[in-house]
Amino acid sequence: MSDAEKDRSMQMQKQMLAEHYERLEGAREAGEPVVYTFVPGNLTELIRSFGALPVLPEINALQSAMRGKSKGYIAAAEREGHSEDVCSYVKCDVGMLKGGNIGPTGTKLPKPDLLLLSYTGCYTFMKWFELLREEYGCPTVFLHVPYQGDGRQTPEQRAYTVRQIRKELIPALEKVSGRRYDEDRLRESLALSAKAEDDLVAVLQSAKAAPSPIDAYFGAVYYVGPIFSAFRGTPEGVAYYRALREEVEERAALGQGPSTPSGRLDRQKYRLVVEGPPNWTHFREFWKMFSDEGAVVVASTYSKVGGTYDFGFRHDPADPLGTLADYCSGCYTNLNLPERVEMLVRYAREYSADGFLIHSVKSCNSFSAGQLTILREVEKRTGIPGGFLESDLVDARYFSPANLKNRLESYFQMLEARRAGIAS
Amino acid sequence: MKCFVGIDLGSTTTKAVVLDEEGRTLGRGITNSRSNYDLAAEISRTEAFVSARFALLRREVERAAGSAVLDRLLAAFRLEQTLVQLERLRAALEEEGEKGAPAGARPALSRTLSAIFDRLVSEEENRFEAPSPSERSDFFRDAAGSAFSRLSEEVAPGNGVSVELLAGLYDKCIVKVENEPVELGFREHIGGALRRVGDSPEVRAAVARATDAELDVAGSVGTGYGRARLPFPKEQIRSEILCHGLGAHALFPGTRTVLDIGGQDTKAIQVDPSGIVTSFQMNDRCAAGCGRYLGYIADEMKMGLHELAPLALASRRPVRITSTCTVFAGAELRERLSLGEKREDILAGLHRAVILRAMSLLARSGGVENEFTFTGGVARNGAAVAALEGLVAENYGQRRLNISPDSIYTGALGAALFALRAAA
Repeated sequence: MSDAEKDRSMQMQKQMLAEHYERLEGAREAGEPVVYTFVPGNLTELIRSFGALPVLPEINALQSAMRGKSKGYIAAAEREGHSEDVCSYVKCDVGMLKGGNIGPTGTKLPKPDLLLLSYTGCYTFMKWFELLREEYGCPTVFLHVPYQGDGRQTPEQRAYTVRQIRKELIPALEKVSGRRYDEDRLRESLALSAKAEDDLVAVLQSAKAAPSPIDAYFGAVYYVGPIFSAFRGTPEGVAYYRALREEVEERAALGQGPSTPSGRLDRQKYRLVVEGPPNWTHFREFWKMFSDEGAVVVASTYSKVGGTYDFGFRHDPADPLGTLADYCSGCYTNLNLPERVEMLVRYAREYSADGFLIHSVKSCNSFSAGQLTILREVEKRTGIPGGFLESDLVDARYFSPANLKNRLESYFQMLEARRAGIAS
Repeated sequence: MKCFVGIDLGSTTTKAVVLDEEGRTLGRGITNSRSNYDLAAEISRTEAFVSARFALLRREVERAAGSAVLDRLLAAFRLEQTLVQLERLRAALEEEGEKGAPAGARPALSRTLSAIFDRLVSEEENRFEAPSPSERSDFFRDAAGSAFSRLSEEVAPGNGVSVELLAGLYDKCIVKVENEPVELGFREHIGGALRRVGDSPEVRAAVARATDAELDVAGSVGTGYGRARLPFPKEQIRSEILCHGLGAHALFPGTRTVLDIGGQDTKAIQVDPSGIVTSFQMNDRCAAGCGRYLGYIADEMKMGLHELAPLALASRRPVRITSTCTVFAGAELRERLSLGEKREDILAGLHRAVILRAMSLLARSGGVENEFTFTGGVARNGAAVAALEGLVAENYGQRRLNISPDSIYTGALGAALFALRAAA
């Protein structure tokens, strides 16, 4: 199709994803238990240390949307009685379930043996798993991760999360897997996580260069795919991030930009910071609206929903359960508004951004509430002009191309005019 | 003389502005938008140059012969333009009638069309001979349409032709005719106009000079909803947000906030002291509460668009209308009427609903901190203006509100100013 798919890393991860879905299809026969859990706060190392496989419903939803399947799923969920205002990830998942639970790559998804809700700020996740529990009648564990209301995790909160992992989650995993908790195995896995995380951070921070060798939003959602889903703490994950880092460093050394829907973007007119998830139904069309204008995203918050590694956090094998608690607490969705603002301000400065955009999605209250305050605050603190776009995650009805294009063009022209104004 | 052209291709109307090298407006033109965007742009441009040449003429003739002569000449010029268009419409209708009507019905149809068009032409000539200040649309399609339908009802039954057949033919032909090129320029019709007003040597000489005056287009910029379809290179296309900002600044240099309500979108724009946009918000995903909403309401109430505001302003007790969804508002309107609410009170409520939606965009763009300019077609609606004044005062305190009688040209003016700046 286009240049973007020619990247080695992209082929590699496509392959990894396909294999994971195939493995899930055969999980029952292979005797591998299946745990459904969400991206933010996913405890992949722990799950896999019991020989279990994770299924991430939001990944299924977004992958289905990228393959043009979400429209039918959402319609099916609405026929089931879900209103238009319900999170479109939920409806996409429910619709997929009602249609036989065929995953995005065409393989059948197994039923869960356990629903693990690691609660990191999204209330909808709780409702979502209530629906799935009703459907499957399987055991459910609710790991309550305290919200970082004061901008940090207190020692008491940390101990509280660790206690739940030890007293509730581990026994539940032991029960469904029939295996004893093996801390050494978990430590090994966490060490692999940290390795991959180092490489991921190097990749994300490569965007500080000009031209940036990556697009830290549209490109980065591919880059974070393996680590946010089933591959954190696995040798395949480590190999992927090593290869990705080499690929990116090679581009950086040659002064090349990333592959985009408009070809390789070497000449970068605008460096942007983006807040909010992307739209998945028109992913490439949306990206192209940026790349056609020579805009590259140098930092994004969405690429941190499954873990904020660029400010120093690494999974620590020396303290296996404590580090899992730290990880959950630090997920982007669990941060308060001042922390989110601070993060964006740092990105704007450290990545020498020209502009700052919010893509607000109708479906997601966790992300969208407070975004206008964030916009004003970041503008005030950085002096960088902000822009606001709206569409949705996987509901194509809320993606209005002409309108988005109009706003983006206006925004870029505004940056241009201001640049000219400041120069004169 | 060098001049600069700005064209604003809106969803309802297409506007053009011609500026001289000093940035002074030489002429303006407007036409209804249509499926042939290039033609709409060309007609508005032609009209702007007609108005520019009349302005040149006015400078000379006013001194020598007084302005009455010129007004007469302009009316004659408009008549010439109208007659050309009527002739084309007649030809198209006859051709379509030949093709579409059963052989036996053709003579009657032909007789009817002749009778209607003879009346149409003589009405136009009478209007020129004895001008009356009657309200009618500036656009050929609307003015001719209403006259044609009135005359059909008078003439058709006597000739045994159905009014519906004529209406169907008309709809088909007007679309065809208005999407085909037609010469409406100054040079083409000024001679005929001169003959009609009796040409004195002074006027004839002035007309010759105005016709020969060189107006060299040194730069053009396009904007508006259809801007991507304009036959201009990319660097000559500007977002209407930037153009409205700069245009409003040119009209009222103290402007810091601009509200533009057009046919299908509403924009709240903040500008800096030099007219450069610093922040903006626009409606997304849905065009509820835009100009078209008022058009729909006018249709529902069987009123002309320009009749809405005077009636709404007569309201003593505006009704609270909760919906700006065009379809819901239509239902609400009918329900209120059936409950015996007064038309003026309902209309006042509807205007307020439009402005309430704009208030939300204004707040999101940064509020109204200083001098404020209202542009777009809806700024010509007195009831909308009154609602806006009230709500701005209520929310932000007393602010100076600017509305130019030429506010509909604000975007085109901004575009022309960008063309001028680019050449500097």
